[in-house]
Amino acid sequence: MGGLTVNTKLLRQILVGFVRDEVYKVGVRKGVLGLSGGIDSALVAYIAAEALGPENVHAYCMPYRTSNPESEAHARLVAESLGINFKVIEITPMIDAYFNVIPDADNMRRGNKMARERMTILYDHSAAVGGLVLGTSNKTELLLGYGTLHGDMASALNPIGDIYKSQVWALSEAMGVPSEVIEKKPSADLWAGQTDEQELGFTYREADELLYRMVDQRMSREELIAVGFDAAFIDNVARKVQGSHFKRRLPIIAKVSNRTIDRDFRYARDWGK
Amino acid sequence: MDFTVALAQIKPKLGCLDDNMALAEAAIEKGIAAGADLVVFPELALTGYFLKDLVPEVALRLDSPQIEKLKKLSERISIAIGFVEVSADFRFFNSAVYLEDGEIRHVHRKVYLPTYGLFDEQRYMARGERFRAFDTRFGRIGMLICEDMWHLSAPYILAMDGAMTLICLSSSPGRGVTESEGLGSAAAWQKLTTTTAMFLNCRVFYCNRVGYEDGINFWGGSEAIAPSGEMTDRGALLEEDFVLAKVDGGALRRERIFSPMMRDENLAITVKELKRIDREKDC
Repeated sequence: MGGLTVNTKLLRQILVGFVRDEVYKVGVRKGVLGLSGGIDSALVAYIAAEALGPENVHAYCMPYRTSNPESEAHARLVAESLGINFKVIEITPMIDAYFNVIPDADNMRRGNKMARERMTILYDHSAAVGGLVLGTSNKTELLLGYGTLHGDMASALNPIGDIYKSQVWALSEAMGVPSEVIEKKPSADLWAGQTDEQELGFTYREADELLYRMVDQRMSREELIAVGFDAAFIDNVARKVQGSHFKRRLPIIAKVSNRTIDRDFRYARDWGK
Repeated sequence: MDFTVALAQIKPKLGCLDDNMALAEAAIEKGIAAGADLVVFPELALTGYFLKDLVPEVALRLDSPQIEKLKKLSERISIAIGFVEVSADFRFFNSAVYLEDGEIRHVHRKVYLPTYGLFDEQRYMARGERFRAFDTRFGRIGMLICEDMWHLSAPYILAMDGAMTLICLSSSPGRGVTESEGLGSAAAWQKLTTTTAMFLNCRVFYCNRVGYEDGINFWGGSEAIAPSGEMTDRGALLEEDFVLAKVDGGALRRERIFSPMMRDENLAITVKELKRIDREKDC
C-alpha cells in the first residue's frame, strides 16, 4: 500500500539527525534505552548508535522471572552486533516485593507495574551515565494506546513515535537489525506465549492500513467503508484511539491565573537550545 | 551584471539572538571572503522558528544595535536576513530586511502567516500589508517569506512591480517521507521555485534553514533558480551548507527576449477583473 511505504534512506537520515541534535542540545552526549529483545527498541538502538556512536549508547535489558529467555538473548544479540553498552538488570526482586504486599493484582496491573519499574530504572541510569532516555513506542502503539503511561510510553525523546509498525519493520530491515528480531511475532512478553496481535484482536498490518487512512489522510468513516474496511473494525480502532487520548497528553491543569502552563504560557521545549 | 549570491543555510538556536547574530556574522564574513556580492539568510534566521511566547523577547527594532551592526557589514556585502521586528506601536512581525551600502533598502513583513497544521504564526505575529519591489545594485528585487510564495498573487505582484530577482527566505519543516526519492515538502517547494521563476522570468534565490526544533526538522535544500526555471545550484538536504551561486546577468535579458510574458502581461485587465471579482464577492 502506497502511503505506508517509505524511503528508508531519507527516514534514517532524519531520525539519526533528530537523535543527535536533540541529545546534544541538552548538553549531553549519551542515550539510554531499554532493550526488550523486540524490534522497536532494537531499531531505536540502531538509530542511537549511528547518531551518538555505540560507546555513547547504554542499553538495559530488564527481565522478570517469567520473561521469555529468548527476549534477553535477542537483546544481547542486538547489543553485541552494535557494540553498545549492555547490562541486564533483573526486576524480579522489586516486583515481587511489591506484589507480596498487593497479592490480588491482575495481569494488567502486574504488567503496568513492570513497565513502570523498568522506566524508573532507565531514568535512574540516565542520571548515572549522563544521558537521555530514548523512547521506543511506535506510532501504531501510541495511537492505539497500547502501552503503559509513565512506563514504556515515557521518554525524553522518541525517534520512532511518528512511524507505524509496518514502517518500523521496513526501516529495521534497511538498518540491519538481525532478522530473528524482525521476523518474530510482536510481544510485550507479559506472560508465556502472549502476542500483541492476539491481545489486540487484529494484526499491526491491518491496523496500520486503517490508521494511516484515518489519521494521516483524514478519511471519513464513509470513505473508509467505501475502500473496503469493515465497519466494526473501524469503530473498534477509532474507539481505542479516542479512549487512549489521555495517555498522549500532559496532565491537565486547573486554570486560575492569566498565564497557565501550556495553555497560554507557551514555549517550545527546545527554548534557548 | 554578473554577480555571486551566497545562500547561508544555517541552523539557528531557538530564541538565542546573540548566538544567531554570531552565526550570521560568521556567514557574512565567509561570503565576503568567498567574493560573494549578496548573502541571503533564512526566515527568522536571528531567532529560530517555533518561538511562541518568545516572540516579544527576541523582537528587534529597526534601530537596534544588531540591525546597526548588519548595516555596517552591508557596506562590504549586500544582506537579506529574517528576524522578528517590533514596530513602535508594539506589533510583532515576521520580517526580512534587505541591507546594502550601509543602509536599510527594504523591509518586508510576512503577509501570509500560516496557522494550519503544525503552524501557529498568526497567534503570535501581526500580518504585513504589502508586497513591494525595491531597487538594489543587482536591479529590482522582491522579497517573500516562506508561505508568501505559496500565494500566486505575491510573486506576481512583485514581478509586476518590476522585480527581476525574487528572494525567498524560508523555514520550511520537512514532512512527507514517502516511497519517493525526496521529501514531500522539498519536492513541493522545488516545483514551486522553478515554476515561479519560469512563469515570471525572474531569478529566484531560495534560502531554507536546517536543524531541529522540538523534533521538527528543517530540510535545507536552498536553491538558486535561473529565470528560465532551471535550478543552477542547490544546498545539501538536512545539513548546514553555504551555497555559492554565480549569477549570469545576461541570462535574464536573454530569457525575457525569448519569452516576453512579462512584457505582454496586461495589468489593466488583471486589475479590472480583480476589482470586479471583489465587487461581486459579497453578492
